[in-house]
Amino acid sequence: MDFENNWLLSLMIFLPLAGAAAVMAIPKAKEEVIKAIALLTSLITALLGAFMLISFDYGKSADLQFAVDKDWIGVINSRYILGIDGMSLPLIALTVFIVPLCIVYTFGHFPEPKNPKAILSLILILETGMIGTFVAQDLILFFVFFEVVLLPMFFMIAVWGGDDRRYASLKFFLYTMFGSALMLVSFLALYFLADGTIVGDEAQTFSMVALSEGATLGISRTAQLWIFAGMFVGFGVKVPMFPFHTWLPDAHTQAPTVGSVILAAVLLKLGTYGFIRIAIPMLPEAAAAWAPFIGLLAVIGIIYGALGCLAQRDMKRLIAFSSVAHMGFVMLGIATLTDFGINAAIFGMVAHGLITGMLFFLAGSMKDRYHTLDMGRLGGLLVSAPRMGWILGFCAMASLGLPGLAGFWGEFPAILASYNPAAILSETTFRAYMVVAALGTVLAAGYLLWMLQKTAMGTPKEEFKDNPEISDVKSYEWISWAPILALILFFGLYPRPIFTTTDDAVVKSLTVNVQGQEVDNCLEFEGEEQGKLCFANIRDLLEGAGQ
Amino acid sequence: MLDLLSSLLGFFATTAEFNRPPIDWHAVAPELCLLGGGAIVTLVDVIWREKGRAITSALAGLFLLAPLIPILTLAIDSEDRSMFNGAYVIDKYSLIVKAIFLLSGYVVILLSTNYIAEGEYWENEYYGMVLSSILGMIIMASARDLITIFVALELLSIPAYMLATWRKKDLKSNEAGLKYYLMGVFASAIMLYGMSLIFGASGSTLLQEINASISTEETSTSVITLGIIFVTIGFGFKVSAFPFHTWAPDTYEGAPTPVTAFLAVASKAAGFVALMNIVIVGFFGRADIFQPLIWILAALSMTAGNVMALRQTNIVRLMAYSGIAQAGFMLAPLAVAGESLEIADKSVSAVVTYLAIYAAMNLGAFAIILSVSRTTKTAEIDSYHGLFKTSPSLAVIMTIFLASLAGIPPLGGWFAKFSVFTSLTSADTNWGYGLAVIAAINAVIAFGYYGRIAMKMWVEEPHETHSTQMKVPVSLTTALVITVSMTLAFGVVPGIVTHFTDVSLIALGG
Repeated sequence: MDFENNWLLSLMIFLPLAGAAAVMAIPKAKEEVIKAIALLTSLITALLGAFMLISFDYGKSADLQFAVDKDWIGVINSRYILGIDGMSLPLIALTVFIVPLCIVYTFGHFPEPKNPKAILSLILILETGMIGTFVAQDLILFFVFFEVVLLPMFFMIAVWGGDDRRYASLKFFLYTMFGSALMLVSFLALYFLADGTIVGDEAQTFSMVALSEGATLGISRTAQLWIFAGMFVGFGVKVPMFPFHTWLPDAHTQAPTVGSVILAAVLLKLGTYGFIRIAIPMLPEAAAAWAPFIGLLAVIGIIYGALGCLAQRDMKRLIAFSSVAHMGFVMLGIATLTDFGINAAIFGMVAHGLITGMLFFLAGSMKDRYHTLDMGRLGGLLVSAPRMGWILGFCAMASLGLPGLAGFWGEFPAILASYNPAAILSETTFRAYMVVAALGTVLAAGYLLWMLQKTAMGTPKEEFKDNPEISDVKSYEWISWAPILALILFFGLYPRPIFTTTDDAVVKSLTVNVQGQEVDNCLEFEGEEQGKLCFANIRDLLEGAGQ
Repeated sequence: MLDLLSSLLGFFATTAEFNRPPIDWHAVAPELCLLGGGAIVTLVDVIWREKGRAITSALAGLFLLAPLIPILTLAIDSEDRSMFNGAYVIDKYSLIVKAIFLLSGYVVILLSTNYIAEGEYWENEYYGMVLSSILGMIIMASARDLITIFVALELLSIPAYMLATWRKKDLKSNEAGLKYYLMGVFASAIMLYGMSLIFGASGSTLLQEINASISTEETSTSVITLGIIFVTIGFGFKVSAFPFHTWAPDTYEGAPTPVTAFLAVASKAAGFVALMNIVIVGFFGRADIFQPLIWILAALSMTAGNVMALRQTNIVRLMAYSGIAQAGFMLAPLAVAGESLEIADKSVSAVVTYLAIYAAMNLGAFAIILSVSRTTKTAEIDSYHGLFKTSPSLAVIMTIFLASLAGIPPLGGWFAKFSVFTSLTSADTNWGYGLAVIAAINAVIAFGYYGRIAMKMWVEEPHETHSTQMKVPVSLTTALVITVSMTLAFGVVPGIVTHFTDVSLIALGG
């Protein structure tokens, strides 16, 4: 029995769930035991994650590793397929890294109404869902994990959230559920229309590998466009892309600090991950047709998010809107359909997860001290809590894309990639997007510096002067923040590890291939007409082979 | 006059020579078990009076589980059996459906035990009625003949009318029963009229023969159309599909809660089973008529049920409207069932899967409703405020059921909805995709009200009047354990359900 290949991923998925069950089984009174078990579970999961990072074969990062393939739902040939490649590795690492830090953070700041037992078990269930989504290699399994995340987050916002939590939590839930319902219909259409025999699977299959390696290429163009549209709504709501983003500011503002952090750091990535793992590799033709539109929404998101930031008084809401803008850069990178752009997008996801997660930690800690995040009343953080002020400054710089910090490597290459999109796409359109996106970075500098000026600079206002509550960074805050800050700096100075890990897998995901046959990579054909012809040729070829 | 006399004589002469058609005793063993059980339950009260009453509930539960033994042996035998020229069929489909009826009946008995014992109700007759109603259901599962279907329907309905009025001193319960009775009889009349039209056009009461004769060009389309519409509408009442749902909210609210659970799950399932038998076996050749009809019923039921459920303040009424929406989901696969034999099988499997999962989660939700209203004495949704603080385990379990009803993975309900989507998209027609999209949107709307209840339990502060942990009697706890473990198991390993529900209705018609 080979431990890594059979058990590692399953253990990583279900260990947090077992931890959650254990936490629920322990009586409320034994709070210390509950905390210890929750932290221990997440730490062991993180250790398994570290083990995964070490034993991952970076030379073959395009291939699925630690793969498991077991029967699950026989009648529809949906299987329990797990596996990771270079695209999912950084995101899983991010997940198992951020969760223990969140748990440590809650120890110092149990949001009202306390109940550590409930909130810790919800965090652990969330972890199961998040890891599972990144690891699943079967569409239905993916869907199940994608949805598992919803309820814990819903309750986290609804129970531990701010004053408007009822509205925000329901809005969050209904938006994402609407998207995923349409996404499921798309998955099913793919299941019935694709022909798995092309790649040696059963005719009808949910296996992501089979579907992204040619099984779908026989589907008619119209059907592909519709299926892509369904997925677009599903993933786009989660990202969130303009105009589906309206749930995000509400959810972020109302969620408790750890909820916001997990939401920003990992949950939003489920959507972008869906695009690069499912929508684009499986439906390259439809992706090419939709890409200009996705790019347009992405740049609208960048500008709209930035303008939204400038209109906020609430610091947390500002950070939430900045998420919309940052995810716009990620989506722009994806929309170029080039390996360069998608590598940048994955880097952007990790960087945004670290930086925005950190900003939400800071906002949460400031709220605990000031009991308000109204930027009209804040000010002088550098005077009253200098270390915290500097951390805020550091994160704001990272967020606006200062070279040398992680944020830079997400945004700059994404902009650069849109100068030179995939050959099949219109160059002029994407160059126009590039200009707008570049404008967005200026606005980003504007709103982040403005936020910094309002909160950190100046002298403390009369009401907060000499307030003993406004203390500097506490020890548990250091424990949960220091690793994130270190990584922001590390990846800013040395981005190579992530880029080299993702590159092969990204290139593979963008290669239009039919297993065992030489076909043209249609995404590299000059102009839309040529591309269309190329895809039509593949369809004919497959039909000919089928007869 | 003489003619008449001679024909009468002739009639008697033939009856004298009446030969009992061969009966496969093994095949009807489940029905006989239940019949005997019902008789014993009734006799226990007559013979032992008070002493007997104490054990009737346990006895009734036992007699509901007993027929599972012959069902199991029949399943192991795995031979399709057909009696009375194909009017009564035992196959995998009918066996799994019978098992669903019996198990949900058993859970209903668990739900009733304390409720009936603590109120001033007749205990014994109650269980007798439940057993005979379930007898009607398991007969329905095998019925492939218009007359058998009608008899089974009445056998399951008439006890249900009486059960709905069981709290005889309560005006609302009387209203519930009366409404249910009048609507039910009205529906039966319409259905019977439709059946007579179909019999007139096809010349047979056997579904198999009806299908053969109405599929040809020769039969009058208008008569067949009218017949199919009337029969479908008749069952539309039974399964509370919009716009024939009007009895459901009032009946659900007024009837004793365990009876409501019985109506919402077992009785509704029986309606679907009858509908499937008739539509798939009897009308399969006339997909052009029944498909659009069911499409409209399904789309309307989902949407109207959901929209009306959003406005409810009473949880039982909410469950009634949500049940209407769920009925729409269960109807949906039948709207594409006529495309081909293969898709018909898929649709039937999807509906049976849905019925099994729906039974588990809905009965579970009613078990919680009963547990809570034992303490609060009300069914208002406001009484769930702060349940998470006072009785966390009840709140968590109710959340599981609500999330499952809303179709959120990894709880059973998601796979039920998923099966519906699968069968709709497998048809690969615009109508199928259209209904799938409508269903997807409705799945989202549904969370609006299920989520609201969950929110009340978790977010709000508890009322001062009942701020202590609620006590749950043993029988309700048992029911909760059964339903919650099934809801979870069905969702995580859907193979458990599909192993049994991968059935076919056409092949057996034989």
